[in-house]
Amino acid sequence: MTADAASGHPGMDGARAPATAAPGSEAPLGAPVTSPGLGDEPAGALRDAARAYVLGLGDDALILSHRLTEWVTRAPALEEELALANVALDLLGQARGLLERAGQLGGPASTADDLAYLRDARGFRNCLLVELENGDFARTMARQLLFSAWQLPLYERLRHSNDSALAGVAAAGAREAAYHLDHAALWVRRLGDGTDESHRRMQEGLDAVWPYAAELFLPEPFEGGLVLGALVQRELAVDPAALEPVWSATVHQVVTEATLEVPTGDWRPAGGRQGLHTEAFGFLLAELQSLRRTEPEASW
Amino acid sequence: MPGAMTEAPTSRSGRDGRSVPTEVELPGAPTTSDAAREHFDALVASDERIEPRDWMPDEYRKTLVRQIAQHAHSEIIGMQPEGNWLTRAPSLRRKAILLAKVQDEAGHGLYLYSAAETLGVARDELEALLLSGRQKYSSIFNYPTLTWADVGAIGWLVDGAAIVNQIPLCRCSYGPYARAMVRICKEESFHQRQGFELLYTLAHGTDAQRAMAQDAVDRWWWPSLMMFGPPDAESSHSAQSMAWGIKRFSNDELRQRFVDQAAPQAAVLGLRLPDPELRFDEESGHWRYGEIDWSEFRAVLAGNGPCNRRRLERRRAALAEGAWVREAATAYARKHPLVSGAGLGTARQPGADATPVVAAGTAPLGSPEAEATPAGLATPGATATAGATATAAA
Repeated sequence: MTADAASGHPGMDGARAPATAAPGSEAPLGAPVTSPGLGDEPAGALRDAARAYVLGLGDDALILSHRLTEWVTRAPALEEELALANVALDLLGQARGLLERAGQLGGPASTADDLAYLRDARGFRNCLLVELENGDFARTMARQLLFSAWQLPLYERLRHSNDSALAGVAAAGAREAAYHLDHAALWVRRLGDGTDESHRRMQEGLDAVWPYAAELFLPEPFEGGLVLGALVQRELAVDPAALEPVWSATVHQVVTEATLEVPTGDWRPAGGRQGLHTEAFGFLLAELQSLRRTEPEASW
Repeated sequence: MPGAMTEAPTSRSGRDGRSVPTEVELPGAPTTSDAAREHFDALVASDERIEPRDWMPDEYRKTLVRQIAQHAHSEIIGMQPEGNWLTRAPSLRRKAILLAKVQDEAGHGLYLYSAAETLGVARDELEALLLSGRQKYSSIFNYPTLTWADVGAIGWLVDGAAIVNQIPLCRCSYGPYARAMVRICKEESFHQRQGFELLYTLAHGTDAQRAMAQDAVDRWWWPSLMMFGPPDAESSHSAQSMAWGIKRFSNDELRQRFVDQAAPQAAVLGLRLPDPELRFDEESGHWRYGEIDWSEFRAVLAGNGPCNRRRLERRRAALAEGAWVREAATAYARKHPLVSGAGLGTARQPGADATPVVAAGTAPLGSPEAEATPAGLATPGATATAGATATAAA
């Protein structure tokens, strides 16, 4: 964790503040949200689209964090217990900031907790890649490589957004994503170029998750290109297709260095951004939300 | 006199956890100069620190290995009961706090295994002793976390008891252990405050939340008192450990200190401690408590607590299922000796200053330049630096 991400944080709350919070200003989740400093809030269809877009990014971070958390106490080495928990914690921090921002943009006012705990599966906009079951360590690292190689350049662009909340998450998130990518790439190389068994497992893991990456570069499924263009123009979003060349170069390089084959095939499952998830996703949400939903209005 | 160190024999004797006379350290053997022994005694007497290169009696070393290993195992096994609630934590804030805490515990385990390694015993040896049941971990972790409130009860009571136990260890005569404990105690005190706050929230919440909190305290109170070990009269290692400056206070003294702290805290929480005999004794200024059920303590210690088998099974499975990963890392490091960070233990640890390879903002993303230098893979933090919680809250 970087020191600046942690600064200004009160003692009782050991976890990191969402990156959006100004030092010392973190309101308890559930408190009314005040303006994060936007001079020029989007309105109407644009606002709804911005909400959907930011919600998707927040859901990506939340759900991948959840999957990584499932590794805790099961990691292949103590060092990896620390590393996987660290990545999960980074992503959780991003999710808190992004969902909080999404809750301010259009729709009924919602807190980050409302969005995480009280939405049904069809309302989640995360990509399918992040909800895939962990499988073995190789598959988890393959998933992380494909995701972080996308998230890093995405955040690198969003950090310049004139939406200060989004820019704040992206600036801190880019530093984190760089580490996540580094960590995943190192493991893909180690496993790909390690033993016969690890090579086989790494290739299988990569093959299994690879088709799901295509969804990351599809046009956002709202109101056609005009709205996306308007969001991009206002620096509230990045054109997904624009990230593909960078992603592809990074991933191909790592895969090649790892002595692995870049998977081929034209099956490209998608639908996460429209709330059409895998069957496994319902179980994930059931677990994540079970306790909170017993007393949704209570303070926890 | 460093030349008289008896490293290898100690690790061998540690292997089966029994006191096995070694070739080097036979009683009365002339391998240890009187001067070395006098130096050791003088350091202990003057309350100074013994360092890894100092001569030390073999029994001192064995005692420390046993104690530090048990402590390390407790941190690692202790991740399980709390980890059980990570995916169900009822708010994003609570989830982040708990994740940071469990991560801290992994870090503490790493520190402590490193401290044990300074005594000449490797982490995998100690792990093998744990899995074969020849080394123990704190019995408290053999109780299940049945509700979310248990996470709070563990923070308040279990971490609270651990702190009372561990603060004197910051002055332990063995330097590496004492130094590890300084940092660990700081982080544990965050954990305790977080647990207290969690319970406080529940105790002041809905009826169901309040009942959940009370139930958790009812179940965790007595096992927490047992964490200080058997009564002084039955404690087998205490006297020698006191003389060596490894232990500073007796089990019963520490237990009393804990009860004196917890009883008024329970009143603040508005929760009842499940002991009808608990009362404040004006005369002594201490809280008097009822009799502890030592038969339960002995049963859990003997392996028959609710979760003993499950805890070891999980640890065994994690190590077994990760074997191919660790083998791959070793094989890769052999093939790429110049790639620093090729082997295990190179993940960036929380608090470390990350040096990302595919550098953010410094090279074109995904460009060949960004990853041209394999040596750049090295990330600092090979030594354990835990403290997600403390760092975040600092």
